Amino acid sequence: MEVQKKKVKVPLMSDVYSSGHRPEYLFWVGSAGAFDDRYKNVTRAFVKILDFLRVDFAVLGTEESSSGDVVRRAGNEMLFQMQALMNIEVMNTYEVKRIITCDPHVYNCFKNEYPDLGGNYDVIHHTQFLQEQINSGKLNLNQSFFEGKKLTYHDPCYLGRANEEYRAPRFVLDSLIENRVEMTRNKSYALCCGAGGGQMFKEAEKGDKEIFIERTEEALDTGANLIATACPYCMVMLTDGLKYKNEEEQVKIYDIAELVTMSLNL
Amino acid sequence: MTKQIVFLISLLITLGVFAFTTRRLIAYFGFTRPARVDHIGERLKIMLKVAFGQSKILRKPVIGLMHALVFWGFLVILLGSVEMVIDGLFGLDRSLHFLGFFYNILTSFGDIFALIILIAVTAFLFRRIFLRISRFEGSEMKPWSHVDANIALGLILFLMISLLGMNTFYILYAGKAGHIVYGSFPVSSVLAGWFFNWPVGKLHVMHEVSWWSHILSIFFFANYLPYSKHFHVFLSIPGAFLSKTSPLAKIPVMESVLKEVKMMMDPDAAYEDPAGTEEVERFGVLDVQDVTWMNYFDSLSCTQCGRCTSVCPANITGKKLSPRKLMMDLRARMNEKGPGMLKNGIDFSDNKSYLRDYISEEEVWACTLCNACARECPINIDQPLLIIQLRRYLVMEESAAPGELNTIFANIENNGAPWQFSQDDRMLWADDLFVNGSENVN
Repeated sequence: MEVQKKKVKVPLMSDVYSSGHRPEYLFWVGSAGAFDDRYKNVTRAFVKILDFLRVDFAVLGTEESSSGDVVRRAGNEMLFQMQALMNIEVMNTYEVKRIITCDPHVYNCFKNEYPDLGGNYDVIHHTQFLQEQINSGKLNLNQSFFEGKKLTYHDPCYLGRANEEYRAPRFVLDSLIENRVEMTRNKSYALCCGAGGGQMFKEAEKGDKEIFIERTEEALDTGANLIATACPYCMVMLTDGLKYKNEEEQVKIYDIAELVTMSLNL
Repeated sequence: MTKQIVFLISLLITLGVFAFTTRRLIAYFGFTRPARVDHIGERLKIMLKVAFGQSKILRKPVIGLMHALVFWGFLVILLGSVEMVIDGLFGLDRSLHFLGFFYNILTSFGDIFALIILIAVTAFLFRRIFLRISRFEGSEMKPWSHVDANIALGLILFLMISLLGMNTFYILYAGKAGHIVYGSFPVSSVLAGWFFNWPVGKLHVMHEVSWWSHILSIFFFANYLPYSKHFHVFLSIPGAFLSKTSPLAKIPVMESVLKEVKMMMDPDAAYEDPAGTEEVERFGVLDVQDVTWMNYFDSLSCTQCGRCTSVCPANITGKKLSPRKLMMDLRARMNEKGPGMLKNGIDFSDNKSYLRDYISEEEVWACTLCNACARECPINIDQPLLIIQLRRYLVMEESAAPGELNTIFANIENNGAPWQFSQDDRMLWADDLFVNGSENVN
């Protein structure tokens, strides 16, 4: 039987709002999710899941702008505040209550820092959303697709250490795969991928080694052939690390949302 | 009576020196910027957990437990020291014995802890002298840091030996002289067996010698600490209370910037608060007078244990950045500039600054803001916030960010993304998005 293909229509907030409806969630795509070639696939994967689960959501589309997280951490408080106030104005106009995002930096920024500037939302990371969906019985996953594979999970600093969410991503992964192993430094001890604080966009200072190589080696030491993460920066850095180590054929890196769509054959 | 007078004089000297030190430090705090302390209940909880519960030092379980035992022991022994001060001032002996059963508990715990601390501190000294612990090294760790550590540990070792001596000779002397022996001393009772045959006069002298050497070392220790990396003995408990209550990575809003941003976005607001009524504050941190008093407090509490640096991804991979150095240099810079500011006022300049003369731009830009250092610090020092403050100075006062970062600032200002893509292209990812139609085809 031929596989049917269905086009996914991504609802725009401006359309949904003007039709009088208030969607349950705003899905914040983020600049990486919109523009980074690798991470666009994560955005697409997560939207497929939202569509599959018939979640009532919308995106801001061209009305979305940088959260300002990276410029704030690079010392440009002024630009951060301008971005934040502008985003808050847009979201408040649309009466946004709940936000889902795949980016832990956006998650941290919206959840912990926007309230200081008048933006109060219930913010959840996509791994937390997936965990909720599994717990409520709406999302049923099984371990058959990844049978025989071995996976390790890299904790993004801004989901893990910064917001102490270590459980949700692991919970989702354990529903997908039986053989999950931890790296030596994990959870609150996890080593950064090297991209935070603006490093993503600049050359690293002089040293003996690149941070992403150090972290990739640690992931490879587990013997896993799948690396999972949940952050656009970590995805870029560890992908580069695998290339550097000439392991990109043997070891694959995916966002948790992509693993879910693979397992569901979406 | 002579004993009481000698004691009173020693106590007054101790307090006098301490007041002298504290007065200078308080004046230094006066040069720093204000910071808010709210959420008192939450802070008390953090203090109980982090300081009294030693929760973070236990992240390294073995050495952490040894430290925790030393800390808890200090708390018990401190009560014993209070008794010694009362005894010394009023010419009494074991004045708290009226506590009865509780006194027995107090003394027996103090006695056992003295032995535990003695063993732990001996192990710490052994480790420092004979084993090469990598986190005790680093460019910021000058020979004095090591000497300072060994002096402090040596003093604690002497305090414990004199304490056990005091207890041991007290049991023997009081017993032989026919006095009631107050308290309970499980360890010293064993030690007493070794000196049982000594004459009562000699025991009396030995008790006096150990009593005086114990209390006088405490007095000396208390005045040594403010000049030592071991100042954390005093500051870690209030430091944990003052540490941040918000999630680890949260950056507080700069109110001075908010005012300007609001004026830019809403010109009418400019009229509500006419400019020029208050002094314009420098954005970020260039020198010691730009830090908040909490940053300075952190620098005084830092024990240079190096746990922050040992988990710093930049440091691990050979970059110059060391979170510990940020704290050590802040304290050193205040020690250098403070006296000049005391004399000539806060505007005093020695043509040096914390940023650049102590912390290089290279160090400031090497940080990934991963917060591993702050998570690891046993007393909740916030190193990342200081880095952000240094970056704020470079970016907002001097526009001196690395070129690539200036590019992302420009891109975000122009098109709302760190890359040079048009805002109109933000939905391209949604083109041709198909799912394999199965049960949810409608």
